[in-house]
Amino acid sequence: MASVQIADVRKAYGSTQVIHGVDIDIEDGEFVILVGPSGCGKSTLLRMIAGLENISGGEIRIGPRVVNDVPPKERDIAMVFQNYALYPHMTVADNMAFSMKLRKAPKEEIADRVGKAAAILGLEKLLDRYPRQLSGGQRQRVAMGRAIVRDPQVFLFDEPLSNLDAKLRVQMRTEIKELHQRLKTTTVYVTHDQIEAMTMADKIVVMHDGIVEQMGAPLDLYDRPANLFVAAFIGSPSMNLLNGTITPAGFETEGGVVWPIGTHPADSNGKAAVLGIRPEHIQLDDNGLKAEVVVVEPMGSETQVVVRCGGQSLTCVFRERITAKPGELIGITPDTNVTHLFDAGTGKSLAA
Amino acid sequence: MASGSFAAQPETTAWTRLMVNRNWLGFWFMVPTMIFLLFFLAWPLILGMWMSMTDMRIGRGGVFIGLENYQYLLEDRDFLNATGFTLAYTAVASVVKFAVGLYLAILLNNHMPLKAFIRAIVLIPFIVPTVLSAVAFWWIFDTQFSIFTWLLQKAGFLAKGQYINWLGDPFLAQCSVIFANIWRGIPFIAITLLAGLQTVSPSLYEAATLDGASGWQRFRFVTYPLLTPIIAVVMTFSVLFTFTDFQLIWAMTRGGPVNATQLMATLSYQRGILGGRLGEGAAIATAMVPFLLAAIMISWFGLQRRKWQQGESND
Ligand SMILES: Nc1ncnc2c1ncn2[C@@H]1O[C@H](COP(=O)(O)OP(=O)(O)OP(=O)(O)O)[C@@H](O)[C@H]1O
Ligand SMILES: [Mg+2]
Repeated sequence: MASVQIADVRKAYGSTQVIHGVDIDIEDGEFVILVGPSGCGKSTLLRMIAGLENISGGEIRIGPRVVNDVPPKERDIAMVFQNYALYPHMTVADNMAFSMKLRKAPKEEIADRVGKAAAILGLEKLLDRYPRQLSGGQRQRVAMGRAIVRDPQVFLFDEPLSNLDAKLRVQMRTEIKELHQRLKTTTVYVTHDQIEAMTMADKIVVMHDGIVEQMGAPLDLYDRPANLFVAAFIGSPSMNLLNGTITPAGFETEGGVVWPIGTHPADSNGKAAVLGIRPEHIQLDDNGLKAEVVVVEPMGSETQVVVRCGGQSLTCVFRERITAKPGELIGITPDTNVTHLFDAGTGKSLAA
Repeated sequence: MASGSFAAQPETTAWTRLMVNRNWLGFWFMVPTMIFLLFFLAWPLILGMWMSMTDMRIGRGGVFIGLENYQYLLEDRDFLNATGFTLAYTAVASVVKFAVGLYLAILLNNHMPLKAFIRAIVLIPFIVPTVLSAVAFWWIFDTQFSIFTWLLQKAGFLAKGQYINWLGDPFLAQCSVIFANIWRGIPFIAITLLAGLQTVSPSLYEAATLDGASGWQRFRFVTYPLLTPIIAVVMTFSVLFTFTDFQLIWAMTRGGPVNATQLMATLSYQRGILGGRLGEGAAIATAMVPFLLAAIMISWFGLQRRKWQQGESND
């Protein structure tokens, strides 16, 4: 196990820069998730850690060692690919044993390690099968098995669950997390699914267009998004963002609707800003703002309602059951302890 | 099919049943092809085998003489030499073509400048008509004007005014025609194997790299096993084409000097068509069949789907 330090790392393909100076500190044993929309450079960064892409600038350390010029096989990392990349002509056992065979490890040790990995992943019965004889979830497990057998310093996962159906994805999510708690190997995991990130990570790194927007513990990002991008990206359903101005009375949106806000940032009167309210932080309140119901989506445990208020659409999630019909007016009020204000120009959070 | 239930209906005759039954329908669709194959493949083959058991000559029908032609050939030094040389020609040329073809394919599979252009160049020997390239080789191996001789002279291995009788010396002639065959056969193998290489997912190489495989180990444990099915196909064709080669030899040496480069195909043509002894020529040609069958059998067993390949029952 080892820590990983990424310092001002850049990547350019020819003249196109795709990673613009990324700094990430990953502690020993930490489970770090890189999230971001498609094309933001997550895979590229992961492949640079693995050594499959060379580094155009900056420095990557694994443990105490700078690995910029260390070939992949000497970095002691294991990677699980999105398409699993299992060797089609080898059985499950041979796939898992391949790296050890190359190292000329003793036969008993290979059998022992493969057996243990198979037991952890529930693959004992499948050891003699070929990859094409496995289901997607089983292939995924073999790919993880191949990584576990290596007992590497760092695990790298590149969207390992994206080829699985929703149910299996939830199941594998738990399995991977359990596995990490058991092995405590430093892990860097790439996904574009923020729910995966929220549920699994010790630390989330939100990336966008080749830069890190924010990093921190999942709930930190949820509670204190540093900018509009993170605010919109983290949380499901995503945060409502309303355009308006900060006034002494609160936050005024078009149509003269004034939203109550908690603390006013210093020197902010008359400032154009964006108010962020999470759907789950809006309550029913007969004395609150009048909002017109547009869509009601009962989910059982909660009800998701889309309303219009001051010309802007908002999504609300209520614990109560809502009997209102589309077109009717309901009273709503935000929980002012957890509203967010962002600068309309820079998108940065106005919280101190 | 359960014919009993059909027999109860008087209007369905056996014939109409044959016409509409699904199993037979497939057969009817195959009939035109079967007739075509019988007429153009099986019939000439059978005719050739029958001719090989007669003493037929051009312009005169033969009488059946059993295996006499074969008995005669077994004691014929020229025939035995031709058989030996055909085997050597096929073996040496196929092995070298495979090795160089595979090497070229791997080379061309890498990123390099002017890739498309280089690939096109590699195909040239394949595109040029055989006879044309044979004539070119005839010049290349010409006693006086050979470019090899010239190069050897320039490099100082050969004194000026000294010549090498490339196609005149039996052993050198054999080497020369094998060289020409290799030159001509490489593109087919290189391009086919290149196509095979391109179906191997790059992430397999990346996975192997991370697993600690060196370049050679990636080839040995990933590329080569994944390529075996296509290698089997391409080498079968290569062996068959090389074994039955005729054009190149005929254009370059006509089997000479003193029958040193005579292949079974050229000998058969010389005896049967030029010499007029059709029966004997047919016997030589028929003698090639067992060798070809053996080659096909070997590759057939080699070609059987590996367990890991797609499309076979799960067992
Ligand atoms: N070989 C290449 N040449 C040029 N540009 C590339 C190359 N590989 C990737 N890119 C660019 O780099 C950027 C980042 O790609 P990357 O694969 O890291 O995205 P990603 O965040 O993993 O996206 P996804 O979630 O879709 O996998 C993209 O804009 C892509 O177009
Ligand atoms: Mg990616």
